[in-house]
Formats: sequence, C-alpha cells, structure tokens
Amino acid sequence: MNNSSQQQAALRGYPRADGRKGIRNVVVVAYLVECAHHVSRRIVTQADHSEVHLIGFPGCYPNEYASEMMRAICTHPNVGAALLVSLGCESMDRDALLQTVRESGRLAELLVIQETGGTASTIAEGVQRVQQMRTQLDAQQPVPMAIEELVVGTICGGSDGTSGVTANPAVGRCFDALVADGAACMFEETGELIGCENIMADRAATPELGKLIQECVAKAERYYTTMGFGSFAPGNADGGLTTLEEKSMGAYSKSGSSPITGLIKPGDVPPTGGLYLLDVVPDGEPRFGFPNIADNAEIVEMIACGCHLTLFTTGRGSVVGSAISPVIKICANPDTYQRLSGDMDVNAGKILTGEATLDEVGQEIYQCVLDVATGGQSVSEALGHQEFILTYKSFEPIGPGCLPVRQL
Amino acid sequence: MSSTPSAAPQVVLLHPDDNVLISVTPLARGSVIDFEGREYRLNQDLALGHKLARRDLPAGTKILRYGAPIGSLYSDVKAGEWVHMHNLKSDYLASHTRQGRARGDSGE
Repeated sequence: MNNSSQQQAALRGYPRADGRKGIRNVVVVAYLVECAHHVSRRIVTQADHSEVHLIGFPGCYPNEYASEMMRAICTHPNVGAALLVSLGCESMDRDALLQTVRESGRLAELLVIQETGGTASTIAEGVQRVQQMRTQLDAQQPVPMAIEELVVGTICGGSDGTSGVTANPAVGRCFDALVADGAACMFEETGELIGCENIMADRAATPELGKLIQECVAKAERYYTTMGFGSFAPGNADGGLTTLEEKSMGAYSKSGSSPITGLIKPGDVPPTGGLYLLDVVPDGEPRFGFPNIADNAEIVEMIACGCHLTLFTTGRGSVVGSAISPVIKICANPDTYQRLSGDMDVNAGKILTGEATLDEVGQEIYQCVLDVATGGQSVSEALGHQEFILTYKSFEPIGPGCLPVRQL
Repeated sequence: MSSTPSAAPQVVLLHPDDNVLISVTPLARGSVIDFEGREYRLNQDLALGHKLARRDLPAGTKILRYGAPIGSLYSDVKAGEWVHMHNLKSDYLASHTRQGRARGDSGE
C-alpha cells in the first residue's frame, strides 16, 4: 500500500494556534456536571447542526483527570469553539477551563444556570451563543494539511472470532501505511492486550520502553483482577472468542507491524509520527471502578490524545460514532455486514468470502481515512452518532522512558 | 448438508503452529471438512468464527491461535471437535457469559 504521495495535498484542516490542524470545526457544548446536562442537550438539539456536539462530565466531585480531559478535548484541533454550561455549585474549575480555551485562540463562552435565570433562559441564551459561534466558524477557510499532521486511533468493539482474521489485521495494514507516511497512530486498551505483553515489548523502540509496556499490561491485569472481570463481553463468546488472551491477540493485530514509538496516557499528544500505545488503565489502587465502562470512554481518551478520527472494528456489530472526531466503522464479519450494512463504512468480511484480500481491504480503509480527513462524512457521522463518556479516573504522568523519541 | 468434502474454503489455519482451525462460514453438524489432506467430521454445528481442533488434544494442552497461546484445555478434545468455553479456559482472567462466570476458571 503505497499510493499515499499523490493524496497528500488533498487533505484540508482548520489551523489552530498550537500548530495543529482540525479536520472538523465543531462547536462543543459542554456540561460541567450532570445537573447541567439537560440544558446543554436542549441547546445542542435546538441548534440542530451536524457540527454542534454535546460533551460533558457528570461528576460534582473534583477529579484532576476529568479536568485535564475536558481541557484536552475543548482544545482538540477538531474543535473551533466551546460553550461551557455550569449549574453553578459543582467542583469543576469553570473559570480555568474557560480561560484555557480562550487562550488557545478559540471562541469560548460560559453560562452558569444559577446566574442565567434557570433552565429556559439558559437554553435560549445558549442557542443564541452557539448560533453566533457557528456563524464565525462557518466563515473560516481550511488550509492544506499533510498526512503527517494526522493523528489516527483504533479501537475494537463487539469483537468476535472474525475480528482478528479480517478487520483488525486490515486496520494494521492501514496503520503501517499511515505510519510510513509520517502520521501518528495509536492503539489502546491494555486490558485487551493481556497476553500480548512480550511480543509488544519486542516491537518497542528501546528495551526500556519494552519493559514499561510489559509493566503497563501487568498493571492492567492486576486492575481487572481486582474488578473481578476481564474486558470480555458475553457477545464475544457468542461470536467464537473463548478467552481474554484470544480476544487480545485478535485486537493486537490492529497495531500493524511498525515499531512502537511510545507509550502515552490519556491527554498526551504524540510528539511525532509513529505508532503509540495508549495506556488507559488508571494508576494506583483501583478506586473508581472499571477502567472504561464502554467503548466510547476509550474513544474519548484517544480524542484527548489528539486523534482526528478513529478506526473502529466490529464483528458483532457496534453502531456507535463519537462527538468531535469521526468514527470509521470496519465490519469484520460478513454475516453482520449483511444485517448492519447501513452502519458500516468498510466490509472487511469479504476477506472471508474470498472477494478481497487483507491488503485490498487495508487499502480501502486507508482511502476511507483520506476521504473523511478531506471532509467526507463517515457513516456513523452522517447518522448523527455523537456518543461521549467521561468518568472518574486517576493517572500518574508518564516517565521519560515512555517517549524515547524525545530523548534523541 | 452434504457429507462430501466441499471445494470452497470452510476453515482457515491462521498460523502453521496452531492446533485449532477457524470456520469462515457456518458449518452444520455432519459436515465433512477436507483440510490439508485430512477429513474432519463435525459432531455439532459450528458458527462462523469458531474454533475446531486440528488434531486430538489432551486436557492441559495450550491452544495456539495466530501462533500464540490463547488458554489451556481442561478436558480432552478430539480432532474436529468444537473448542470453546466448555473445554478451554483462560490462563489469565476467567471469561464470563450472561449466565455467569465461565467454567474452568483458573482459580478453580
């Protein structure tokens, strides 16, 4: 797969003050506590625009991770403006968040429901602010963007026995091509890489990074053991997967065959192109429950790491998309594709029916990435999927050994 | 379903070291699979993406898929038999179904 050069000029992005570019120009309406969720949702519904998205954090108690995630997401390159909606008494530092978003060169406004006259007047005020933001954003022109400016994540959801045979290795082929082009790619869910720690360590850019990857997977195993369940859903078993490590081996093939450049945590933006492993399992003693309660929590963490879009493989048939960054859906199972073709961008199941090779499907996914990065809507995006989950977590910062590229 | 071997591929071997084959199409009980010059007669239906034993495998065998271990058998399996939660367990964390935790929990 090597047709990238003639495509590079085609990408377009909205330039941001930090040097990154966005493939979308979204207004986010962000509730800062669950108590402001309804008001925020009404604002988004009434704005009725495909690039006005609802995000937020439900908790009233403070959490450093959640604050950092909100900061990273509101200043994501795909975001052009943010309307923050606060009830008024929650812990989230709304003023700091507002200031950070404004300092990033973006439009940002804050509405405090308790100071804006309650539900109806805050909705009315919010709709007006969002319309003003949209008018300004719609006047902005995208500029040429190179492939090496692109950050792409991958996730699998609703895996079955076909995922590791078709869609996941096909995404791996696409990742190899993107990394060769100089893009940054990331894969994640170390709890779904239990059993792959040693082969991953062998691919690490340095022996020190390899050791850190092994430790990171050991942490995931300890964490999930405490939770009492591995990252294995009943549908995985219905689809022919028997054990966590079998699911892991299939999931792992999404990473392709490039060397692993670095190990990052939610909110860390890859400093260069290359392949990164995102550690999504909290540090320290398990405190707030399962690392990620559903697939969208992982997608949100990849977005916080700067992902412009996500490649989502599914065997059983997930239908989700995401706020902020488009999700491209790659269906592994030909039978599932027949049932849910209206939710899928790519049918990797045709590898099993002999209609295409892994390389051909990898190329198709690569082309789909370019299409979506040049403004084409992914299927879930066109269907209006804008799921978003953010919950409590705690992380220690990564150490210098996690990003050996920085030490060169 | 015919009991004669079919020409279309019905199973794949993902790695030469593997001791299981993966179905690439739903297979009915009584089907005969011809693979690598060996015939496997199915004594149960096999859904797409499921595993069958490539050879006779005693309890305790590590099952290899993609050339990598994906768990250990806790009962004997004959060539052509379905390999799933009723005979294979994780060497890490036990799987679970909607009805509860899978048998063969490594803690047992």
